[in-house]
Amino acid sequence: MGSTGAGIIVAKRHFVNARRCSLVLLPLLLVLACRGGEPEARPDGEPAAARHATTITTPRVLEGLPVGPPDVTGRPTVAPCGTCHEAGEARALPADAAGIGGPHVGLELHHGAIECASCHAADDRSALHLASGATIPMTDALRLCAQCHGPQYRDYRHGAHGGMRGYWDLSRGPRERNHCVACHDPHAPAFGQFEPVSGPRDRFTVDAEPHGAPHE
Amino acid sequence: MSEDISRRRMLKAAGATLGAAAFARAVAPLAQFTESTNMEEFLTQHYRELGPEDKTRLIARLEEDTLRKYGAEVTIRDFLPQENVQFGYALNLSVCIGCRRCADACHQENNHDRRTNQSYIRVLEMEQGSMDMERGTMHYDHAVPAEGKFYMPVQCQQCENPPCTHVCPVEATWQESDGIVVVDYNWCIGCRYCEAACPYHARRFNWSAPEIPAEEINPDQGLLSNRIRPQGVVEKCTFCLHRTRDGRLPACLEACPTGARVFGNMLDPDSEIRWVLANKRVFVLKEELGTRPRFYYFFDT
Repeated sequence: MGSTGAGIIVAKRHFVNARRCSLVLLPLLLVLACRGGEPEARPDGEPAAARHATTITTPRVLEGLPVGPPDVTGRPTVAPCGTCHEAGEARALPADAAGIGGPHVGLELHHGAIECASCHAADDRSALHLASGATIPMTDALRLCAQCHGPQYRDYRHGAHGGMRGYWDLSRGPRERNHCVACHDPHAPAFGQFEPVSGPRDRFTVDAEPHGAPHE
Repeated sequence: MSEDISRRRMLKAAGATLGAAAFARAVAPLAQFTESTNMEEFLTQHYRELGPEDKTRLIARLEEDTLRKYGAEVTIRDFLPQENVQFGYALNLSVCIGCRRCADACHQENNHDRRTNQSYIRVLEMEQGSMDMERGTMHYDHAVPAEGKFYMPVQCQQCENPPCTHVCPVEATWQESDGIVVVDYNWCIGCRYCEAACPYHARRFNWSAPEIPAEEINPDQGLLSNRIRPQGVVEKCTFCLHRTRDGRLPACLEACPTGARVFGNMLDPDSEIRWVLANKRVFVLKEELGTRPRFYYFFDT
């Protein structure tokens, strides 16, 4: 008895939904037919654009080694890895950065217990390799980072890690996101300490101080 | 019988007196309308709701004022709330490093007084393991992040139940449909009740007219947000409504180097803010007060 009743209600609901759908669909189809498939206009008159892209910056360090002063755009001048290293290089990668010479002198590796060969491809100095052994170009480093730093990558994908600029509403404009390497040096990824921007100097801070030290 | 008549007369006389008084009160503003007052000023002083034409004239006058007083050409627009948008903001306390760049970006974006280095954001340095804001300090002046500390930026929480708007005696501050609490700088009488009512210390009072060099003024201004405020009125964070109602991210978020800040539309189930609320350990400040903030704090683990 109960199940029959439920069945009737469900059937009724389907019926109502079907009717509602046709009521909604009919004017929609008419509108589409009249507009010839143009994107729907927004209330403020601007046409609704397709969703704009979210691009990830490509830090210059992924394109080569910084070798000179910044160029006119303020970005460091880099020498592509291929300038010195040929593809198919037979020389083995060192275990760590100690004693590394040439333009890389002074490079220090403070990144867990990993070695140079953990990330760099053995026979191509302008490439990296994933845990699977697959070679990827240096500019795809994000995929490599994501292999070990899963929670950070998950947060990054959901917009909850890493700086960004542009539009929250992607129907109105694009967004630009920082690459992992824009903030974290892959050879020493931990953030260091630095001086903050100066604080406010209003009467709650400056004027209050003669009466005693600020709250600790 | 005669008693009834005299009573009626008395009531009539009293009624007439009251009526005359009410009429006098109603037309009193007109007495102030002298040749020295222009129509825009008169309207903004005596009527809360401006028509589209009045608003255009008001904006033109404000732009002229800015040019005359500050020597800067600015564009003021009245940004209206969007339909189906409720703003939400979340901040990750696990990654905030206390660099104060958000506060500085707010200072630049919102045309704050340069002398006091004013900002709508205060960054509190707090002891790890404690959530006692009374013990936090915003006066720190050393390299960050310091050992054993964490950092908590505090700004307007755009409460769903805002105590600040309830106490305003002249209704110069209210909540808009997208959740932003705004101030009408022309209507505010500067009593600072709202400043006292806010449990987050989020409102600021303009003790003097802001001093900003012309070349540093942000010319992209909103009527209810970052236009230069006059002396004697209260101001507050508006989630940069002149940017966010245009689809852009707030200035403090763009300035954050760690990505601690997450902003978006709470009504969009695919938005970043909704993901944070669904997947992180989220809390609000002073929940026990029932203010229901739209600003959330969370930790990574």
